[in-house]
Amino acid sequence: VSSAATTTSARIRKKRTLRQQDARLGLALMSPTLLIVLVIVVFPLLWSILIAFQRLRLIQIGQADPFSPLTTANFERVVNSGVLWSSLQTTLIYTLGSVTLAVTLGVIAALAVRKPFRGRSFVRAAFLLPYVAPVVAVTFIWRTMLNPQFGIVNQFGQAVLGWNQPIPFLSQAQGELLGIPIPTALLTAMAFEGWRYFPFAFLFLMARLAAMPSDLEEAALMDGATPWQSFRYIVLPQLMPIIGVLVVLRTIWTFNEFDDIFLLTGGAAGTRVASVQIYNLLTVQRNVGAAAAQSVVMSLVLVCLLAGYMLILRRRGERA
Amino acid sequence: VTIQPARGAVRPEPRVRAPSVQRRPWTKDRVQRAFFGVGRWVVIALFLVAVLVPFYYMVLLSVKPIEALLQDPSSLVVSPSEFTLSTYVDVLSSTASGGQGFSQFLLNSGMVAVASVALALLIGIPGAYAIARLPFFGRRQVSSLFLASYLFPAILMAIPLFVFFTRVGLRGSLLGLIFVYTAQTVPVAIYMMRNYFETVPESVEEAGLVDGLSRLGVLRRISIRLAMPSIMSTGLFVFMIAWNEFLFALLFLVDRRESWTVSLGLSQLSGSVEIPTTVLMAGSVVLTLPIIITFFATERLLTGGLTAGAEKG
Repeated sequence: VSSAATTTSARIRKKRTLRQQDARLGLALMSPTLLIVLVIVVFPLLWSILIAFQRLRLIQIGQADPFSPLTTANFERVVNSGVLWSSLQTTLIYTLGSVTLAVTLGVIAALAVRKPFRGRSFVRAAFLLPYVAPVVAVTFIWRTMLNPQFGIVNQFGQAVLGWNQPIPFLSQAQGELLGIPIPTALLTAMAFEGWRYFPFAFLFLMARLAAMPSDLEEAALMDGATPWQSFRYIVLPQLMPIIGVLVVLRTIWTFNEFDDIFLLTGGAAGTRVASVQIYNLLTVQRNVGAAAAQSVVMSLVLVCLLAGYMLILRRRGERA
Repeated sequence: VTIQPARGAVRPEPRVRAPSVQRRPWTKDRVQRAFFGVGRWVVIALFLVAVLVPFYYMVLLSVKPIEALLQDPSSLVVSPSEFTLSTYVDVLSSTASGGQGFSQFLLNSGMVAVASVALALLIGIPGAYAIARLPFFGRRQVSSLFLASYLFPAILMAIPLFVFFTRVGLRGSLLGLIFVYTAQTVPVAIYMMRNYFETVPESVEEAGLVDGLSRLGVLRRISIRLAMPSIMSTGLFVFMIAWNEFLFALLFLVDRRESWTVSLGLSQLSGSVEIPTTVLMAGSVVLTLPIIITFFATERLLTGGLTAGAEKG
């Protein structure tokens, strides 16, 4: 009897160790990823929060000491300069406009190619081009196309649309349209964002539309719903969850966006968004501490934005 | 009980109304149907123009001499007499022979991108498998850690990395860039592959275990082979990110021209007045073409891998 008991307990022990082995192996397999993410992402993030509270100039970067005394001077400097608020305002307007445009265009494009037709797979692939092409190349193409001297857009505008003079799309801070003052360069940058990132929304909405069961729409058709009603009350509500996710993702990425604005306008003509401002603090003013302080403020604003958004979503969810 | 038939009696109404819709010529429904039917093609055409014209313009300018562009900037074709490939010769040949040195940049970009793919897969595949199959401590928290790191602007982590890499002598080297690209892409890579590993039936893996394979053996002999499509698309995704990246290349490599990537090279040179726009357009084509070829060759694979989780809604 006792020998039978020992074999059972041995089996249990063996089983447990197998599970433990799996757990240990899991951690081992995960550790290279954890290591590189901790060293290259998490640790720098924490360190830069620390730098935000220290005096650090670009010239001293060789001797940067994580244990140098803490100070709030950077935050005072950044907050009092006034540049922070103007760059945050620009960033918010830019983010709102770009995200709205990109997601709306994505919805329209996804609905347009929903039903199968000849050449659909080519159209689908073509629509994704702006998103997969290198950002340096597409910004250079846009800059050339919008060039006031020889760019094709201004040539076309003057020859066909009857513009009196070329429009400096990327270097004019304030323009006029039908007598109303408009921020030309900022609007151009938003248009660029809409062009470049609608494919991202398009891609995910296409996948969702393809997986959507058709019986509800067929039933609505039988009940005499018009195409608009069918979209408004049947398709759109089913797309809303994924649109919500897309808005959050695009808001985070656009808010933190650096490449596009930097390459299009360099932050000139009223397009100095926060990340470009941080880059200037870092490389032109050579003040590493102030750059880190502004990044921290910026991240806090983003976190507040997202928290507010989540709160609204939850309220709506409760009401519904 | 008596209410039930009353409800049923209301139901046939739409069926009675349906034929009358067909008789009246301009109902809301018909107008809308016609509008959306035509509108759909207009929308597709407009989008195609908006998407393709910039790329057409890029190729067009890259095969023209700069004089032809300045003479007739509104032309959207290239005449056979103007057609030239000298722009490509100029942009690709080394600085020593009077060109812009893009061959070297291509080599740098290629090395960085391929190495990033290799490294991201090497550490991402085991990671993805662990998250999909092995119950280790902190398994759930790992994903939120990855997600949280995406909340912060890249430039925020660039500042300490700049300091850190300067200290350890990695700044200005392509190796440092490879580490950054790997760290940036590995969380998404793991997410993409994890979904696929989860679809591999557990019974297949258990059969392998019973037949005497170790867990690692199962991963190597069974799971990786079955997950190959997902691994391919993940690799392509990492390649594209690494090939296109700009900010870190700018911060780490800007003062060493011999290690510039194509993206950095084009952005640095496009600011100068001496280099003709047409030559830079040839540079743009050189930068864009590898990505577009990769993309069109593998489009289905790639988009399927990225949106695998989206169907659930």
